[in-house]
Amino acid sequence: MKKLLLLCLILILIPSCESDADDNAPIQTNVTLNFGHTWDDIPVTNADFNTIKFTNDNGDELSIERLRYLISKVTFTTSNNEVLNIPGYQLVDVTNNENLTFTTATRIPNGTYKNVAFTFGFNNEDNYTPNGYADLNSANFFVPAMLGGGYHYMQFDGKFINSSSIEQGFNYHAIRAVDNPGDSPTFPKDTFFEVNLGTVSISNNSIINVEMNIAEWFKTPNRWDLNELNQMLMPNSAAQIKMFENGQNVFSLKSVE
Amino acid sequence: MKTWSIYCLFLITFICVSCSNESIDNYASTEVSLEIPKLFSDNIIAPVIPAGNTQTMEGIILGKKLFFDPILSGNNTQACADCHAPQNAFTDTSRFSDGIDGSLSIRNSMPLFNLAWNYDEKFFWDGKSFNLEHQAFLPVTDPKEMKNTWANVEQQLQQHNEYPELFERAFGTTSIDSTLVTKAIAQFERTLISANSKFDKFLLGEIELTPEEQNGFDVFMDEARGDCFHCHGSDKNPLWTDNDFHNNGLDETFADLGLGAITGDPADNGKFRSPSLRNLAFTAPYMHDGRFATIDDVINHYSEGLKNSTTIDPLMKKIDQGGVNLSDEDKADLKAFLLSLSDFEFVNDPNFTNN
Repeated sequence: MKKLLLLCLILILIPSCESDADDNAPIQTNVTLNFGHTWDDIPVTNADFNTIKFTNDNGDELSIERLRYLISKVTFTTSNNEVLNIPGYQLVDVTNNENLTFTTATRIPNGTYKNVAFTFGFNNEDNYTPNGYADLNSANFFVPAMLGGGYHYMQFDGKFINSSSIEQGFNYHAIRAVDNPGDSPTFPKDTFFEVNLGTVSISNNSIINVEMNIAEWFKTPNRWDLNELNQMLMPNSAAQIKMFENGQNVFSLKSVE
Repeated sequence: MKTWSIYCLFLITFICVSCSNESIDNYASTEVSLEIPKLFSDNIIAPVIPAGNTQTMEGIILGKKLFFDPILSGNNTQACADCHAPQNAFTDTSRFSDGIDGSLSIRNSMPLFNLAWNYDEKFFWDGKSFNLEHQAFLPVTDPKEMKNTWANVEQQLQQHNEYPELFERAFGTTSIDSTLVTKAIAQFERTLISANSKFDKFLLGEIELTPEEQNGFDVFMDEARGDCFHCHGSDKNPLWTDNDFHNNGLDETFADLGLGAITGDPADNGKFRSPSLRNLAFTAPYMHDGRFATIDDVINHYSEGLKNSTTIDPLMKKIDQGGVNLSDEDKADLKAFLLSLSDFEFVNDPNFTNN
C-alpha cells in the first residue's frame, strides 16, 4: 500500500515539475509589422491614387498610381546585443492594398528590444539567390540581368505636372545602383539600406506600426525635381544613389500596440 | 413459400438499387496533374486549380469534345474553336469575331494558353470574368457570339446519345447542367500549355539565339529602349504577361472603356489586360480591337505612335515624342526576338486538335 501511495505521489510531482519549468521560460509571441503610409502628416491609401493631389518639396504637383516595395531581414536586437533574425520577406503592395502586414514566422520572447530593424529591398546576398523567388517573379518584380539582375526594391509610379503644364509619367524605381548596363554591369554603391526603428517593447502579439512618409522620397537630402528625373531611372546610378540617400528618412516607428 | 419469394424479390430489388447508386456515387474518374513546364516550375508560382474542379482525364476529354462541338451555339453552327482555333494559338484571324447570325463582337478574340497561371483569374480583355469556369459560361449566351440559352444547351446535351455517359464518367452524374459544362471546358483549357518556343529552348540551354534575337531581347529588357518587361514578363516570368490592366496609349478618348466599364472607376477607363507575347506569329491582328495587322504595326505604336490620355500608364515613355523612338535596327531585332516566342509544337499538338 505504501508503494502504491509513493507511486501516486511521483506521478503527481513529475508533471508539476515540468509545469514549473514552463512557467520560468519567457513567453514567446508572434509580432506583426504593419506598414502605413503618409504624405507628410496626411494618411495615404490606394483610395488616394490616380489623382494629382500631392506636391513634393520641389513644388511638383503629382499623383501616385502604383506603389509597392520589398522589405526583408527583420531583426530584433536584445539589450545583450543578441540579434534575433526573422526569416522571410514581404512585397508590400499599396496599389492593391495587399500584404501591408508582415507577421513573424517564428515567435520571439516578450520583452524590450533595443532595436527593431528591417532591410529596404534585399541585401546583395538575398538579391542573388540561385533560384530566385517565384512569387516575386510572378509579380514581375525582377530586374533584368543587363541592369544588374535581382529584384526591384520599390516600384513607385505616377504622374506629375511638368514645366509645360502637361501631365507626364514618372517611374521612381529603386534597384541596386548599376553602371555599364549590358553583359558585364558594375555596381558603384549598394543601395539597399537598413531601417532602424529603435527601442520597442514586445508583449503578446504586438503590432509594430511602421510609417512610410512618401513625401520624403523627394525631400532630404536631395530635393527631387521631377522635370529632371522622371523616367528611365533604373540604369541611372546617380539617381539610384539619390533614392538611397533620400530613403534614409522615409520610414519611422509610429507606435506599438 | 409465397412469403419467402416476396422477401427474395425485395432483396434482389434492394441489391439492384444499391448497385445502381454505387455506380453514380462511387464513380472513379482519373485525377491528373497538369504537366508543368520546367521553366514554369523553376521560376513562377504554381498554377491555379480550383478546389471544386479537380483536373481529371474524363473531365478533360469531355471538355475538349464540348470545346469543338457546335452544339453549344443557338443554331448548332459555332463551336468555341471557331473563334479559338488551335492553329492560331486558340484565337482567330479576324479583327472582330462574328457570331452565329453574323453579328460582330467589339473586341478581338483572345488567344488561350497558360490560363491556369492567370493568378488573379480575371479573364477577357476587360477582366469581367472572375475565373476560368465563369469565362466559359459567358460566350454561350452572348447575343454576338453563340446566342443560345443554357436551358437549351442543357436539354440538347441531355438528349444526346453520347454526352450523358461522358458526364457520368467525368462527374458521376448523367444530369447535365451549365456548371458541369463549364467545369469540363475549363479543365480542357487548363491543359493548353505553351512552353516550347525557340526562346524557351534557349533558356533551357538547348539552342542559341541569333545575334538579332539576342539584341531584340536586350531591347525588350532595356528600360531606356523597349522597356517591355515591366508589363510583359521576362526570362524570369515566362508567361510573357503580367495579366494586369494597362492603358498603353492607343487613344486620346475611349469608345471602349475596357476595365473602367467593369469597375465603374474612371481611373480604369481605357485599360485592357496585357496579352501574352507568346505565339504572336499565330495571333494577328493585335490589341483588344485588333487594330494592328502586323507585329511591325505594334512596334511602331510603342516607338512613335503613343497617344496621351488621362489614364495612360505612367510606364509609357516619351509620350510627347510618340514613344521611345527605336532605331530601325532595334525594331527589326525586337521583332526577331518576339517571333522567337512562337511555339510551333503547341499549335500543332494533336492533343489540342479536333481528332
